[in-house]
Amino acid sequence: MSNTIKQPIEPPISGPAGKLIVWVDQRFPLMSLWNEHLAQYYAPKNFNFWYYFGSLAMLVLVMQIVTGIFLTMNYKPDAKTAFASVEYIMRDVSFGWLIRYMHSTGASMFFLVVYLHMMRGLMYGSYRKPRELLWIFGCMIYLALMAEAFFGYLLPWGQMSYWGAQVIINLFAAVPIIGEDLAIWIRGDFNIGDATLNRFFAFHVIALPLVLLGLVAAHIMALHEVGSNNPDGVEIKKDIDPKTGTPRDGIPFHPYYTVKDVVGVVVFLAIFSAIVFFAPEMGGYFLEKPNFQQADPLQTPAHIAPVWYFTPFYAMLRAVPSFMGSQFWGVAVMGAATLILFVLPWLDRGKVRSVRYRGPLYKRFLASFVVSFLILGYLGVVPTTVWGQIPPAIPVIGGVDTATIVSRILTAVYFAFFLLMPWYTKKDIPNEKPEPTRVTY
Amino acid sequence: MKTMNRSLFATLCLAVGLLASAPATAAGGADVHLDAANINLYDQASLQRGARAFITNCLNCHSAQFMRWGHLTQIGLTEDQIKANLMFNPDAKFGDYMTTALDPKDAQSWLGKVPPDLTLAARVRGSDWLYTYLRSYYVDPASPSGWNNEVFPNVGMPHVLHDLQGAYSKVVVGEREVHGKKEPVTKLALDRKGTMSPQEYDAYVRDLVNYMTFMGEPVRAKRIQIGIVVLLFLVVAFFAALVVKKEYWKDVK
Amino acid sequence: MSAIVLNEVDPKKRRMLVIGGCALGAVAGATVAVPFVGSMFPSERAKAAGAAVEVPIDKLEPGQLITVEYRGAPHWVIRRTPEMVAQLAKNDALLADPASEGSKQPASAKNPNRSTKPEIFVVKGVCTHLGCSPTYRKEIAPADLGADWPGGFFCPCHQSKFDMAGRVFKGMPAPKNLEITAYRFEGDNTIVIDADAKGA
Repeated sequence: MSNTIKQPIEPPISGPAGKLIVWVDQRFPLMSLWNEHLAQYYAPKNFNFWYYFGSLAMLVLVMQIVTGIFLTMNYKPDAKTAFASVEYIMRDVSFGWLIRYMHSTGASMFFLVVYLHMMRGLMYGSYRKPRELLWIFGCMIYLALMAEAFFGYLLPWGQMSYWGAQVIINLFAAVPIIGEDLAIWIRGDFNIGDATLNRFFAFHVIALPLVLLGLVAAHIMALHEVGSNNPDGVEIKKDIDPKTGTPRDGIPFHPYYTVKDVVGVVVFLAIFSAIVFFAPEMGGYFLEKPNFQQADPLQTPAHIAPVWYFTPFYAMLRAVPSFMGSQFWGVAVMGAATLILFVLPWLDRGKVRSVRYRGPLYKRFLASFVVSFLILGYLGVVPTTVWGQIPPAIPVIGGVDTATIVSRILTAVYFAFFLLMPWYTKKDIPNEKPEPTRVTY
Repeated sequence: MKTMNRSLFATLCLAVGLLASAPATAAGGADVHLDAANINLYDQASLQRGARAFITNCLNCHSAQFMRWGHLTQIGLTEDQIKANLMFNPDAKFGDYMTTALDPKDAQSWLGKVPPDLTLAARVRGSDWLYTYLRSYYVDPASPSGWNNEVFPNVGMPHVLHDLQGAYSKVVVGEREVHGKKEPVTKLALDRKGTMSPQEYDAYVRDLVNYMTFMGEPVRAKRIQIGIVVLLFLVVAFFAALVVKKEYWKDVK
Repeated sequence: MSAIVLNEVDPKKRRMLVIGGCALGAVAGATVAVPFVGSMFPSERAKAAGAAVEVPIDKLEPGQLITVEYRGAPHWVIRRTPEMVAQLAKNDALLADPASEGSKQPASAKNPNRSTKPEIFVVKGVCTHLGCSPTYRKEIAPADLGADWPGGFFCPCHQSKFDMAGRVFKGMPAPKNLEITAYRFEGDNTIVIDADAKGA
């Protein structure tokens, strides 16, 4: 057996710390990992505002894991004591309130950051070849995150926890033939109870976090394999400086983007802290008021709405009428709305990636997609009666809630963005500004 | 690109505006006008009066099962004052929760319903709702308890504070048109005077609601104080981070 | 031409800025750690459950031991007989720390009897070796403990021996005398065990 050992590298810093790094590097790929992912990972120099949200999502994930671990130390996943244990954390555990508010605010901020991150991908065509798998890992993270949030929302065992879970689990009951049994299997009981809470706890604190961490690792590995896209959508790897062998428009992630991201992190933390310390309920959007009341299986709250990050899909669900005696169609539409994201890379046939150099048709579709998503989000928060009814004199839709009709139209717009994409991206007239050969900075 | 960003920005602003105007409260039910409670969580004298009002009027039937007697020190009371003036049950310990002497089984048979726990009532309903609710009782012979409430129709609880407020009844003062239908316009009129003037009673209820809001989240005042320090630190950190970023980005051509 | 041009770098300035930035970050990190670490100390509930315990002693017979739980640990209250108290002074030669110099007790119990009142002995019933609770062996010279056993406590885990004032014998695994938690008398017939009492 050979006893050879890797040639020592030059110490990157002087003194004993440098020697330790050399020692470790002979036994562990320390410097090559460092170089591959930070010091010699070349990122385009023209990242803008939209490029902060990847590292911010990472930050929130870490915060959620740390605060979650500390919450687990005092939380009790038991239908009899769960609600009281949350109040115990809020009142009796030293700084428990801070840890809990950080976790509840973190959940909402996670979605905010992820939505903005996805928006960036849409605008600059970051999902396009060769980044299809990167995009798909991202979509899977989004789905896992929705599941994680849903499981976590039951744990405080308040009225919204209970009735929200009731509604979502009954979505599965809408699946033809096996639905009823499926819902009972998910609950582990005939109604949501202790067994449901216990298993949701297991999913929330260990199963899904593991899945999320694995997917995040895959997402980053895929990113560093293909390299980052940028607001111009031009490939920096096409233009290599022969002297250095690195992209002419690329700069090492570390130190340039680490110091830049720190600025973004501080701004984010300021917003985050302002919510945690001054408005942790965020007017009922981050912590819903009925959730300060213990779950009561015999009484549904007067107005139930999911937390804001689910409301666009919830509005779609409500907009779809039952058909042929089944409520499955609404569920199917809601599911399709998330799953359609996965095929996006193969729907886009545009010649350029970035919205900057796309034609007017694409811009209009993207804008109406964003507007639809936001208005659907709003409509999911409020009762369907919010805009009154269509006057009965109008045929077919007369007497129906206006908001329901609007939701249906917006749902159609949402899907049109994807389903018509092969057509309008190909058909689009060219932008007067052609795509440049190099990034603009 | 610039125009794209601008339209996106406008869209985001619109969405935020819509969201901000959405009624996020789920309590209430019917649309009723709520009076502003105008409470002040930093007014310790008010909180102390409110605590006394809560303990003498509410705690007989309602519990505050997540609130410890000891936490009353946060509103400026000493352990001895709390023990001597507020803890009527000689067996209760300073570290105990503020539970009620009323047995839930007895409550079920006497009142038909276990009175809800009030620790978090202010967080569920909101301070303005509580303030308006406690001032909106009126005599209603049709109700089992003889009382009804403008904010909480068919409320189970009778008007516990009627000795203080007096008794009101609902009288029709006119008519108005809503969606083409005529509806009576009503108001509450004083039938029997209580021991307090309306202004005194409002102040009494305000203190009570102030205390209940404190009880819903005892840490609130402290949380805001810490938040100010944290944000000041982050402002400093922002400028420090910006200086470092600018220094390094000088290299990028 | 590459995107990075390093011709106006002042390495000293950069070094200072990075050190300053890292220092600020370290301060922030340490401050954030405080509430998280702090949340693992006993909560208000644990403190309430660990509040002072009142022990009525009016029915305590001479020689009798009663055990009360205080903060999860057994505490003994014993009304020692005059003979037991008299025996204490004769034990000194057998003991590792007869004057309780290296042991933990409130000032009011730092005396040969290790108690505020000579007869009433209050002690935390936890062996100072590895935390077992010793057994009360008040009889003199039983067969298993030998002829010179003056009455006291015997730990079943590792055979440490203590006299009737909880003082450890020489050569035992236990290093120190039994710990005495602060207590006070409320009237003649009630003892209040309260580790947080002022002046304890």
